Amino acid sequence: MTDAPRAPSPALETPKGSRRHLLSIAELGAEGIEEILEVSDAFVEVGRRSIPKVPSLRGRTVVTLFAEQSTRTRLSFETAAKRLSADVLSFSVDSSSVKKGESLRDTVQTVAAMGVDAFVVRHTSAGAPAAVARWVDASVVNAGDGWHEHPTQALLDCYTIRQVLAERAGRPLEEAGVECFVGLRVAIVGDVRHSRVARSLVLALGALGAEVTLVSPGGLLPPSLEGWPLSGVSYDLDAVLPTVDVCYLLRLQSERGAGAFLPSVREYSTWYGLTSRRAALLPEDALVMHPGPMNRGIEIADDVAALPQSVVLRQVSNGVAVRMAVLFMLLGQVGSSGGARGLASTLASVPMAGDTG
Amino acid sequence: MAERERRLTPPRGGVFVPRVQVLTAQDVQRALIRIAHEIIERNHGLEEVVLVGLQTGGVPLSFRIASVLEEMEGTSVPVGLLDVAFYRDDIGIRPVLPEAATDIPGDLTGQLVVLVDDVLFTGRTVRAALNALSDYGRARAVQLAVMVDRGHRELPIRPDFVGKNMPTRIDEQVDVSLDGVVLGDVVPR
Repeated sequence: MTDAPRAPSPALETPKGSRRHLLSIAELGAEGIEEILEVSDAFVEVGRRSIPKVPSLRGRTVVTLFAEQSTRTRLSFETAAKRLSADVLSFSVDSSSVKKGESLRDTVQTVAAMGVDAFVVRHTSAGAPAAVARWVDASVVNAGDGWHEHPTQALLDCYTIRQVLAERAGRPLEEAGVECFVGLRVAIVGDVRHSRVARSLVLALGALGAEVTLVSPGGLLPPSLEGWPLSGVSYDLDAVLPTVDVCYLLRLQSERGAGAFLPSVREYSTWYGLTSRRAALLPEDALVMHPGPMNRGIEIADDVAALPQSVVLRQVSNGVAVRMAVLFMLLGQVGSSGGARGLASTLASVPMAGDTG
Repeated sequence: MAERERRLTPPRGGVFVPRVQVLTAQDVQRALIRIAHEIIERNHGLEEVVLVGLQTGGVPLSFRIASVLEEMEGTSVPVGLLDVAFYRDDIGIRPVLPEAATDIPGDLTGQLVVLVDDVLFTGRTVRAALNALSDYGRARAVQLAVMVDRGHRELPIRPDFVGKNMPTRIDEQVDVSLDGVVLGDVVPR
Protein backbone atom coordinates (compact mmCIF):
# COMPACT_ATOMS: atom_id res chain seq x y z
CA MET A 1 0.00 0.00 0.00
CA THR A 2 1.35 3.35 -0.96
CA ASP A 3 1.33 6.35 1.27
CA ALA A 4 -1.67 8.64 0.98
CA PRO A 5 -0.76 12.01 -0.49
CA ARG A 6 0.26 14.39 2.24
CA ALA A 7 -2.45 16.77 3.23
CA PRO A 8 -1.46 20.35 2.48
CA SER A 9 -0.45 22.13 5.63
CA PRO A 10 -3.00 24.71 6.69
CA ALA A 11 -2.01 28.08 5.30
CA LEU A 12 -0.80 30.65 7.77
CA GLU A 13 -3.32 33.28 6.83
CA THR A 14 -2.70 36.72 8.16
CA PRO A 15 -5.32 39.07 6.78
CA LYS A 16 -5.18 42.51 8.30
CA GLY A 17 -6.65 42.89 11.75
CA SER A 18 -6.94 39.16 12.30
CA ARG A 19 -3.36 38.06 12.78
CA ARG A 20 -3.04 34.69 14.49
CA HIS A 21 0.73 34.44 14.80
CA LEU A 22 3.75 36.68 14.96
CA LEU A 23 6.49 34.71 13.24
CA SER A 24 8.52 37.35 11.43
CA ILE A 25 8.80 41.05 10.72
CA ALA A 26 8.68 40.22 7.03
CA GLU A 27 4.99 39.25 7.28
CA LEU A 28 3.99 42.42 9.17
CA GLY A 29 4.84 45.17 6.72
CA ALA A 30 4.98 48.85 7.63
CA GLU A 31 1.29 49.00 8.48
CA GLY A 32 1.42 46.03 10.83
CA ILE A 33 4.47 47.45 12.59
CA GLU A 34 2.81 50.84 13.00
CA GLU A 35 -0.30 49.27 14.49
CA ILE A 36 1.71 47.34 17.09
CA LEU A 37 3.73 50.44 18.01
CA GLU A 38 0.53 52.43 18.51
CA VAL A 39 -1.09 49.79 20.70
CA SER A 40 2.15 49.60 22.72
CA ASP A 41 1.66 53.23 23.81
CA ALA A 42 -1.38 52.21 25.82
CA PHE A 43 0.59 49.43 27.53
CA VAL A 44 3.48 51.74 28.42
CA GLU A 45 0.90 53.73 30.38
CA VAL A 46 -0.27 50.54 32.10
CA GLY A 47 3.35 49.89 33.13
CA ARG A 48 3.55 53.29 34.84
CA ARG A 49 0.55 52.67 37.10
CA SER A 50 0.87 51.74 40.74
CA ILE A 51 -0.99 48.52 39.88
CA PRO A 52 0.44 47.70 36.45
CA LYS A 53 -2.06 45.00 35.57
CA VAL A 54 -5.21 44.82 33.43
CA PRO A 55 -7.78 42.00 33.22
CA SER A 56 -7.80 41.73 29.41
CA LEU A 57 -6.65 38.11 29.00
CA ARG A 58 -8.16 36.55 32.09
CA GLY A 59 -8.58 32.83 31.65
CA ARG A 60 -6.15 32.59 28.72
CA THR A 61 -3.06 30.44 29.00
CA VAL A 62 0.31 31.37 27.55
CA VAL A 63 3.13 28.83 27.39
CA THR A 64 6.72 29.96 27.06
CA LEU A 65 8.59 27.20 25.27
CA PHE A 66 12.30 27.97 25.27
CA ALA A 67 14.70 25.52 23.66
CA GLU A 68 17.60 27.92 24.09
CA GLN A 69 18.92 29.96 27.01
CA SER A 70 17.38 33.32 27.68
CA THR A 71 16.85 35.64 30.62
CA ARG A 72 15.35 38.85 29.37
CA THR A 73 13.15 37.59 26.57
CA ARG A 74 11.56 34.88 28.66
CA LEU A 75 11.03 37.04 31.72
CA SER A 76 9.80 39.86 29.51
CA PHE A 77 7.16 37.67 27.87
CA GLU A 78 6.13 36.16 31.20
CA THR A 79 5.82 39.60 32.79
CA ALA A 80 3.81 40.80 29.81
CA ALA A 81 1.42 37.84 29.97
CA LYS A 82 0.96 38.20 33.74
CA ARG A 83 0.26 41.93 33.44
CA LEU A 84 -2.52 40.99 31.03
CA SER A 85 -3.87 38.56 33.68
CA ALA A 86 -3.15 35.50 31.52
CA ASP A 87 -1.93 32.31 33.16
CA VAL A 88 1.65 31.49 32.30
CA LEU A 89 3.15 28.03 31.98
CA SER A 90 6.87 27.94 31.67
CA PHE A 91 8.50 25.18 29.72
CA SER A 92 12.19 24.66 29.47
CA VAL A 93 13.48 21.98 27.14
CA ASP A 94 16.42 21.18 29.39
CA SER A 95 14.18 19.88 32.19
CA SER A 96 11.45 18.24 30.11
CA SER A 97 10.57 14.99 28.40
CA VAL A 98 12.46 16.20 25.35
CA LYS A 99 15.48 14.91 27.24
CA LYS A 100 13.82 11.47 27.23
CA GLY A 101 13.65 11.60 23.45
CA GLU A 102 10.19 13.04 22.86
CA SER A 103 10.01 14.99 19.61
CA LEU A 104 9.24 18.71 19.59
CA ARG A 105 6.02 17.99 17.75
CA ASP A 106 4.77 15.48 20.32
CA THR A 107 5.78 17.75 23.17
CA VAL A 108 4.01 20.75 21.70
CA GLN A 109 0.86 18.82 20.88
CA THR A 110 0.78 17.35 24.38
CA VAL A 111 1.04 20.78 25.95
CA ALA A 112 -1.54 22.14 23.50
CA ALA A 113 -3.97 19.41 24.51
CA MET A 114 -4.02 20.87 28.01
CA GLY A 115 -5.79 23.91 26.56
CA VAL A 116 -3.25 26.55 25.64
CA ASP A 117 -4.05 29.79 23.84
CA ALA A 118 -0.55 30.90 22.87
CA PHE A 119 2.93 29.50 22.54
CA VAL A 120 5.93 31.79 22.84
CA VAL A 121 8.68 29.81 21.12
CA ARG A 122 12.43 30.20 21.12
CA HIS A 123 14.45 27.59 19.31
CA THR A 124 17.95 27.08 17.95
CA SER A 125 16.52 26.07 14.56
CA ALA A 126 15.18 28.65 12.15
CA GLY A 127 11.55 27.95 11.31
CA ALA A 128 10.71 26.07 14.52
CA PRO A 129 8.01 28.57 15.57
CA ALA A 130 6.44 28.36 12.10
CA ALA A 131 6.38 24.58 12.44
CA VAL A 132 4.72 24.84 15.84
CA ALA A 133 2.13 27.16 14.28
CA ARG A 134 1.22 24.41 11.81
CA TRP A 135 0.92 21.75 14.51
CA VAL A 136 -1.39 23.51 16.96
CA ASP A 137 -4.50 25.69 16.94
CA ALA A 138 -3.03 28.19 19.39
CA SER A 139 -1.36 31.46 18.48
CA VAL A 140 2.41 31.34 18.16
CA VAL A 141 4.90 34.12 18.85
CA ASN A 142 8.44 33.78 17.60
CA ALA A 143 10.79 34.68 20.45
CA GLY A 144 13.89 34.05 18.35
CA ASP A 145 14.59 31.15 16.01
CA GLY A 146 18.18 30.34 15.09
CA TRP A 147 19.67 32.95 12.79
CA HIS A 148 16.27 33.74 11.30
CA GLU A 149 14.25 36.38 13.16
CA HIS A 150 13.46 37.87 16.56
CA PRO A 151 10.47 40.06 15.70
CA THR A 152 9.53 41.35 19.15
CA GLN A 153 13.08 42.59 19.72
CA ALA A 154 12.95 44.62 16.50
CA LEU A 155 9.53 45.98 17.48
CA LEU A 156 10.71 47.10 20.90
CA ASP A 157 13.80 48.70 19.34
CA CYS A 158 11.62 50.63 16.89
CA TYR A 159 9.32 51.58 19.75
CA THR A 160 12.24 52.90 21.80
CA ILE A 161 13.59 54.97 18.91
CA ARG A 162 10.14 56.44 18.24
CA GLN A 163 9.59 57.19 21.94
CA VAL A 164 12.91 58.99 22.39
CA LEU A 165 12.50 61.01 19.18
CA ALA A 166 8.94 62.03 20.13
CA GLU A 167 10.13 63.13 23.59
CA ARG A 168 12.92 65.21 22.10
CA ALA A 169 10.52 66.85 19.67
CA GLY A 170 8.18 67.55 22.57
CA ARG A 171 5.37 65.76 20.79
CA PRO A 172 2.78 63.53 22.47
CA LEU A 173 3.39 59.89 21.54
CA GLU A 174 -0.08 59.30 20.10
CA GLU A 175 0.68 61.86 17.40
CA ALA A 176 4.16 60.49 16.76
CA GLY A 177 3.21 58.13 13.94
CA VAL A 178 6.13 56.48 12.18
CA GLU A 179 7.30 59.42 10.07
CA CYS A 180 10.26 59.86 12.40
CA PHE A 181 11.82 56.75 10.81
CA VAL A 182 11.89 58.19 7.29
CA GLY A 183 15.50 59.02 6.48
CA LEU A 184 16.70 58.07 9.98
CA ARG A 185 20.32 56.94 9.68
CA VAL A 186 21.00 53.74 11.62
CA ALA A 187 24.27 51.84 11.84
CA ILE A 188 24.00 48.19 12.89
CA VAL A 189 27.43 47.17 14.09
CA GLY A 190 29.03 43.79 14.63
CA ASP A 191 28.09 40.15 14.34
CA VAL A 192 25.34 40.42 11.73
CA ARG A 193 25.97 36.89 10.48
CA HIS A 194 24.66 35.17 13.60
CA SER A 195 22.14 37.80 14.56
CA ARG A 196 18.42 37.21 14.20
CA VAL A 197 17.99 40.60 15.87
CA ALA A 198 19.85 42.28 13.01
CA ARG A 199 17.74 40.58 10.35
CA SER A 200 14.44 41.52 12.02
CA LEU A 201 15.62 45.05 12.75
CA VAL A 202 16.86 45.66 9.20
CA LEU A 203 13.52 44.47 7.82
CA ALA A 204 11.54 46.61 10.25
CA LEU A 205 13.58 49.78 9.83
CA GLY A 206 13.70 49.27 6.07
CA ALA A 207 9.91 48.92 5.91
CA LEU A 208 9.54 52.16 7.89
CA GLY A 209 11.87 54.07 5.58
CA ALA A 210 15.09 54.29 7.62
CA GLU A 211 18.53 54.23 6.00
CA VAL A 212 20.37 51.28 7.50
CA THR A 213 24.10 50.70 7.18
CA LEU A 214 25.72 47.47 8.33
CA VAL A 215 29.18 47.88 9.82
CA SER A 216 30.97 44.62 10.28
CA PRO A 217 34.15 42.74 9.47
CA GLY A 218 33.52 40.82 6.25
CA GLY A 219 33.58 37.48 8.01
CA LEU A 220 30.68 38.42 10.23
CA LEU A 221 28.38 39.42 7.39
CA PRO A 222 25.78 36.87 6.26
CA PRO A 223 26.68 34.87 3.12
CA SER A 224 24.04 36.79 1.18
CA LEU A 225 22.39 40.16 1.75
CA GLU A 226 19.85 39.69 -1.00
CA GLY A 227 16.52 41.20 -0.10
CA TRP A 228 17.89 43.22 2.82
CA PRO A 229 16.65 46.82 2.54
CA LEU A 230 20.06 48.42 3.18
CA SER A 231 21.53 51.71 2.17
CA GLY A 232 25.08 50.49 2.62
CA VAL A 233 27.67 48.14 4.07
CA SER A 234 30.88 49.41 5.59
CA TYR A 235 33.99 47.96 7.19
CA ASP A 236 35.04 51.25 8.75
CA LEU A 237 33.22 52.12 11.97
CA ASP A 238 35.12 55.38 12.56
CA ALA A 239 33.95 56.72 9.18
CA VAL A 240 30.31 55.79 9.74
CA LEU A 241 29.84 56.96 13.34
CA PRO A 242 29.77 60.74 12.69
CA THR A 243 26.92 60.28 10.19
CA VAL A 244 24.38 58.28 12.20
CA ASP A 245 21.35 59.01 14.36
CA VAL A 246 21.33 55.56 15.96
CA CYS A 247 24.27 53.26 16.65
CA TYR A 248 22.98 49.74 17.25
CA LEU A 249 25.56 47.32 18.61
CA LEU A 250 25.15 43.58 18.24
CA ARG A 251 26.46 40.98 20.62
CA LEU A 252 29.40 38.93 19.44
CA GLN A 253 27.77 35.50 19.53
CA SER A 254 30.67 33.33 20.63
CA GLU A 255 28.31 30.43 21.38
CA ARG A 256 27.41 30.30 17.69
CA GLY A 257 31.07 30.23 16.71
CA ALA A 258 31.53 33.89 15.89
CA GLY A 259 35.13 33.55 17.03
CA ALA A 260 35.90 31.26 14.09
CA PHE A 261 35.21 34.11 11.66
CA LEU A 262 37.63 36.49 13.35
CA PRO A 263 41.39 36.59 13.79
CA SER A 264 40.84 37.35 17.48
CA VAL A 265 38.23 38.83 19.78
CA ARG A 266 40.74 41.51 20.79
CA GLU A 267 41.21 42.60 17.22
CA TYR A 268 37.43 42.73 16.77
CA SER A 269 37.12 44.85 19.86
CA THR A 270 39.86 47.20 18.64
CA TRP A 271 38.20 47.82 15.26
CA TYR A 272 34.49 47.45 16.01
CA GLY A 273 34.05 47.97 19.75
CA LEU A 274 32.33 51.21 20.81
CA THR A 275 35.01 52.64 23.07
CA SER A 276 34.63 56.04 24.68
CA ARG A 277 37.00 57.47 22.03
CA ARG A 278 34.65 56.20 19.30
CA ALA A 279 31.52 57.29 21.17
CA ALA A 280 32.91 60.84 21.00
CA LEU A 281 32.74 60.59 17.18
CA LEU A 282 28.97 60.15 17.34
CA PRO A 283 26.75 63.21 16.88
CA GLU A 284 25.79 64.58 20.27
CA ASP A 285 22.19 63.37 20.19
CA ALA A 286 22.80 59.97 18.58
CA LEU A 287 21.32 56.98 20.40
CA VAL A 288 23.38 53.99 21.48
CA MET A 289 21.40 50.74 21.56
CA HIS A 290 22.16 47.11 22.33
CA PRO A 291 19.75 44.16 22.42
CA GLY A 292 21.55 42.56 25.36
CA PRO A 293 23.11 40.63 26.88
CA MET A 294 26.09 42.98 26.60
CA ASN A 295 29.67 41.74 26.33
CA ARG A 296 31.16 44.69 28.17
CA GLY A 297 34.66 45.44 26.93
CA ILE A 298 34.10 43.65 23.59
CA GLU A 299 31.41 45.35 21.50
CA ILE A 300 30.66 48.09 24.00
CA ALA A 301 32.95 49.70 26.58
CA ASP A 302 31.83 49.82 30.19
CA ASP A 303 31.63 53.61 30.36
CA VAL A 304 29.80 53.88 27.02
CA ALA A 305 27.02 51.63 28.26
CA ALA A 306 26.46 54.14 31.05
CA LEU A 307 26.31 57.24 28.81
CA PRO A 308 23.05 59.22 28.68
CA GLN A 309 22.74 58.45 24.94
CA SER A 310 22.57 54.77 25.82
CA VAL A 311 18.96 53.60 25.98
CA VAL A 312 19.70 49.95 26.73
CA LEU A 313 17.57 49.74 29.88
CA ARG A 314 14.77 51.64 28.20
CA GLN A 315 14.76 48.96 25.50
CA VAL A 316 14.22 46.37 28.23
CA SER A 317 11.34 48.17 29.95
CA ASN A 318 9.65 48.96 26.63
CA GLY A 319 10.02 45.28 25.77
CA VAL A 320 7.37 44.35 28.32
CA ALA A 321 4.88 46.86 26.90
CA VAL A 322 5.50 45.84 23.29
CA ARG A 323 5.08 42.16 24.15
CA MET A 324 1.86 42.97 26.01
CA ALA A 325 0.64 44.65 22.82
CA VAL A 326 1.58 41.62 20.72
CA LEU A 327 -0.08 39.11 23.07
CA PHE A 328 -3.16 41.31 23.40
CA MET A 329 -3.50 41.71 19.64
CA LEU A 330 -3.06 37.99 18.95
CA LEU A 331 -5.21 36.67 21.79
CA GLY A 332 -7.76 39.44 22.11
CA GLN A 333 -9.00 39.25 18.56
CA VAL A 334 -12.21 37.75 17.27
CA GLY A 335 -12.25 33.97 17.16
CA SER A 336 -8.97 33.49 19.00
CA SER A 337 -9.22 30.12 20.67
CA GLY A 338 -10.19 31.41 24.11
CA GLY A 339 -12.92 33.59 22.73
CA ALA A 340 -14.20 30.87 20.45
CA ARG A 341 -14.46 28.40 23.26
CA GLY A 342 -17.40 29.89 25.07
CA LEU A 343 -18.26 33.24 23.65
CA ALA A 344 -18.69 32.83 19.91
CA SER A 345 -22.34 31.92 20.33
CA THR A 346 -23.04 35.33 21.75
CA LEU A 347 -21.50 36.97 18.71
CA ALA A 348 -24.82 37.45 17.01
CA SER A 349 -26.19 39.55 19.84
CA VAL A 350 -23.27 41.97 19.92
CA PRO A 351 -24.33 45.32 18.46
CA MET A 352 -22.46 46.83 15.54
CA ALA A 353 -19.28 48.44 16.66
CA GLY A 354 -18.98 52.16 16.49
CA ASP A 355 -20.67 53.45 19.50
CA THR A 356 -20.03 50.82 22.02
CA GLY A 357 -22.29 52.18 24.60
CA MET B 1 -16.77 57.84 17.83
CA ALA B 2 -14.63 54.78 17.78
CA GLU B 3 -13.11 55.13 14.36
CA ARG B 4 -10.69 52.25 14.74
CA GLU B 5 -13.35 49.86 16.01
CA ARG B 6 -15.60 50.74 13.14
CA ARG B 7 -12.79 50.20 10.67
CA LEU B 8 -12.15 46.75 12.08
CA THR B 9 -15.71 45.59 12.44
CA PRO B 10 -16.27 42.45 10.40
CA PRO B 11 -16.58 41.79 7.63
CA ARG B 12 -14.99 44.95 6.20
CA GLY B 13 -15.86 47.73 8.55
CA GLY B 14 -18.59 50.22 7.86
CA VAL B 15 -19.22 53.79 6.84
CA PHE B 16 -21.34 56.19 8.87
CA VAL B 17 -24.14 57.65 6.76
CA PRO B 18 -25.83 60.61 8.51
CA ARG B 19 -29.64 60.85 8.36
CA VAL B 20 -30.97 63.48 10.82
CA GLN B 21 -29.30 66.27 12.72
CA VAL B 22 -30.79 65.98 16.20
CA LEU B 23 -28.86 68.68 18.06
CA THR B 24 -27.01 71.64 16.60
CA ALA B 25 -23.65 72.89 17.84
CA GLN B 26 -25.52 75.48 19.88
CA ASP B 27 -27.80 72.85 21.41
CA VAL B 28 -24.75 70.83 22.45
CA GLN B 29 -23.17 73.92 23.97
CA ARG B 30 -26.36 74.69 25.95
CA ALA B 31 -26.60 71.11 27.16
CA LEU B 32 -22.97 71.19 28.32
CA ILE B 33 -23.61 74.43 30.26
CA ARG B 34 -26.67 72.85 31.89
CA ILE B 35 -24.69 69.70 32.76
CA ALA B 36 -21.96 71.90 34.28
CA HIS B 37 -24.59 73.66 36.42
CA GLU B 38 -26.02 70.32 37.52
CA ILE B 39 -22.57 69.01 38.48
CA ILE B 40 -22.02 72.06 40.73
CA GLU B 41 -25.53 71.83 42.16
CA ARG B 42 -25.37 68.11 42.92
CA ASN B 43 -21.97 68.33 44.59
CA HIS B 44 -22.44 71.71 46.33
CA GLY B 45 -19.43 73.11 44.53
CA LEU B 46 -16.43 71.59 42.86
CA GLU B 47 -14.34 70.43 45.78
CA GLU B 48 -12.43 67.24 44.90
CA VAL B 49 -14.30 66.93 41.60
CA VAL B 50 -12.30 65.28 38.80
CA LEU B 51 -13.65 64.94 35.26
CA VAL B 52 -12.68 61.77 33.43
CA GLY B 53 -13.42 61.70 29.70
CA LEU B 54 -13.74 58.32 28.02
CA GLN B 55 -11.56 57.85 24.94
CA THR B 56 -12.29 59.03 22.42
CA GLY B 57 -15.84 60.46 22.26
CA GLY B 58 -15.94 61.77 25.83
CA VAL B 59 -12.65 63.64 25.64
CA PRO B 60 -13.65 66.88 23.87
CA LEU B 61 -16.85 67.01 25.93
CA SER B 62 -14.96 66.70 29.21
CA PHE B 63 -12.56 69.51 28.28
CA ARG B 64 -15.51 71.68 27.28
CA ILE B 65 -17.33 71.01 30.56
CA ALA B 66 -14.11 71.79 32.47
CA SER B 67 -13.76 75.17 30.80
CA VAL B 68 -17.45 76.00 31.47
CA LEU B 69 -16.98 75.01 35.13
CA GLU B 70 -13.93 77.23 35.36
CA GLU B 71 -15.83 80.21 33.91
CA MET B 72 -18.67 79.70 36.39
CA GLU B 73 -16.80 78.90 39.61
CA GLY B 74 -13.34 80.28 38.96
CA THR B 75 -11.63 77.01 39.90
CA SER B 76 -9.94 74.72 37.44
CA VAL B 77 -11.10 71.12 37.56
CA PRO B 78 -8.57 68.37 36.72
CA VAL B 79 -9.44 66.38 33.59
CA GLY B 80 -8.34 62.77 33.12
CA LEU B 81 -8.59 60.62 30.02
CA LEU B 82 -9.51 56.95 30.21
CA ASP B 83 -9.35 54.21 27.60
CA VAL B 84 -11.33 51.17 28.68
CA ALA B 85 -10.27 48.71 25.96
CA PHE B 86 -8.36 46.44 28.36
CA TYR B 87 -11.39 46.12 30.65
CA ARG B 88 -14.04 45.32 28.07
CA ASP B 89 -16.02 42.08 28.36
CA ASP B 90 -16.14 41.50 24.60
CA ILE B 91 -12.41 40.95 24.06
CA GLY B 92 -12.24 37.94 21.77
CA ILE B 93 -15.77 38.49 20.45
CA ARG B 94 -15.15 41.71 18.64
CA PRO B 95 -12.00 43.53 17.58
CA VAL B 96 -10.98 45.55 20.63
CA LEU B 97 -7.98 47.84 20.43
CA PRO B 98 -7.08 50.82 22.60
CA GLU B 99 -7.98 54.11 20.94
CA ALA B 100 -5.54 56.28 22.83
CA ALA B 101 -3.53 56.13 26.00
CA THR B 102 -5.03 56.65 29.43
CA ASP B 103 -3.93 59.72 31.37
CA ILE B 104 -5.31 59.99 34.90
CA PRO B 105 -3.94 62.82 37.07
CA GLY B 106 -2.72 61.24 40.29
CA ASP B 107 -4.51 59.02 42.78
CA LEU B 108 -8.32 59.11 42.69
CA THR B 109 -8.77 57.98 46.29
CA GLY B 110 -11.27 60.25 48.02
CA GLN B 111 -12.01 62.20 44.82
CA LEU B 112 -15.41 62.70 43.26
CA VAL B 113 -15.14 61.40 39.72
CA VAL B 114 -17.51 62.52 36.97
CA LEU B 115 -17.20 60.15 34.01
CA VAL B 116 -17.96 61.88 30.71
CA ASP B 117 -18.92 60.05 27.52
CA ASP B 118 -20.67 60.93 24.29
CA VAL B 119 -23.29 58.16 24.05
CA LEU B 120 -24.74 55.85 26.70
CA PHE B 121 -25.95 52.67 24.98
CA THR B 122 -25.59 49.15 26.41
CA GLY B 123 -23.75 50.39 29.49
CA ARG B 124 -20.85 48.02 28.91
CA THR B 125 -18.31 50.78 28.30
CA VAL B 126 -19.30 52.37 31.60
CA ARG B 127 -19.02 49.01 33.36
CA ALA B 128 -15.48 48.67 31.96
CA ALA B 129 -14.72 52.26 32.96
CA LEU B 130 -15.80 51.59 36.57
CA ASN B 131 -13.41 48.63 36.74
CA ALA B 132 -10.62 50.68 35.18
CA LEU B 133 -11.15 53.56 37.64
CA SER B 134 -10.76 51.26 40.61
CA ASP B 135 -7.16 50.62 39.49
CA TYR B 136 -6.43 54.31 40.12
CA GLY B 137 -7.68 54.41 43.70
CA ARG B 138 -10.99 54.32 45.60
CA ALA B 139 -13.02 57.29 44.44
CA ARG B 140 -15.43 58.72 47.02
CA ALA B 141 -18.19 58.59 44.42
CA VAL B 142 -18.50 58.18 40.67
CA GLN B 143 -21.11 60.05 38.64
CA LEU B 144 -21.89 59.72 34.94
CA ALA B 145 -22.46 62.51 32.43
CA VAL B 146 -23.40 61.71 28.80
CA MET B 147 -24.46 63.86 25.88
CA VAL B 148 -26.93 61.28 24.53
CA ASP B 149 -28.75 58.46 26.31
CA ARG B 150 -30.01 56.25 23.49
CA GLY B 151 -31.48 53.40 25.56
CA HIS B 152 -30.98 49.63 25.00
CA ARG B 153 -29.21 49.11 28.31
CA GLU B 154 -27.85 45.63 29.03
CA LEU B 155 -26.61 46.42 32.55
CA PRO B 156 -28.13 48.21 35.57
CA ILE B 157 -26.43 51.53 34.83
CA ARG B 158 -28.04 54.98 34.65
CA PRO B 159 -26.59 58.42 33.93
CA ASP B 160 -26.57 61.27 36.47
CA PHE B 161 -26.38 64.05 33.88
CA VAL B 162 -27.89 63.74 30.39
CA GLY B 163 -27.69 66.12 27.46
CA LYS B 164 -30.52 64.50 25.52
CA ASN B 165 -32.63 61.37 25.97
CA MET B 166 -32.99 59.93 22.50
CA PRO B 167 -34.93 56.76 21.72
CA THR B 168 -33.19 54.87 18.89
CA ARG B 169 -33.33 51.61 16.98
CA ILE B 170 -30.60 49.21 18.04
CA ASP B 171 -29.02 49.20 14.58
CA GLU B 172 -28.78 52.97 14.30
CA GLN B 173 -25.67 54.96 15.02
CA VAL B 174 -25.35 58.20 16.99
CA ASP B 175 -22.52 60.56 16.17
CA VAL B 176 -21.68 63.17 18.82
CA SER B 177 -19.23 66.01 18.52
CA LEU B 178 -19.08 69.63 19.63
CA ASP B 179 -20.58 70.41 16.21
CA GLY B 180 -23.81 68.64 17.06
CA VAL B 181 -25.52 65.29 17.34
CA VAL B 182 -26.37 63.32 14.21
CA LEU B 183 -28.42 60.15 13.89
CA GLY B 184 -27.51 57.83 11.05
CA ASP B 185 -26.70 54.30 9.99
CA VAL B 186 -23.56 52.24 9.56
CA VAL B 187 -23.49 50.81 6.07
CA PRO B 188 -21.11 47.92 5.32
CA ARG B 189 -18.27 48.95 3.09
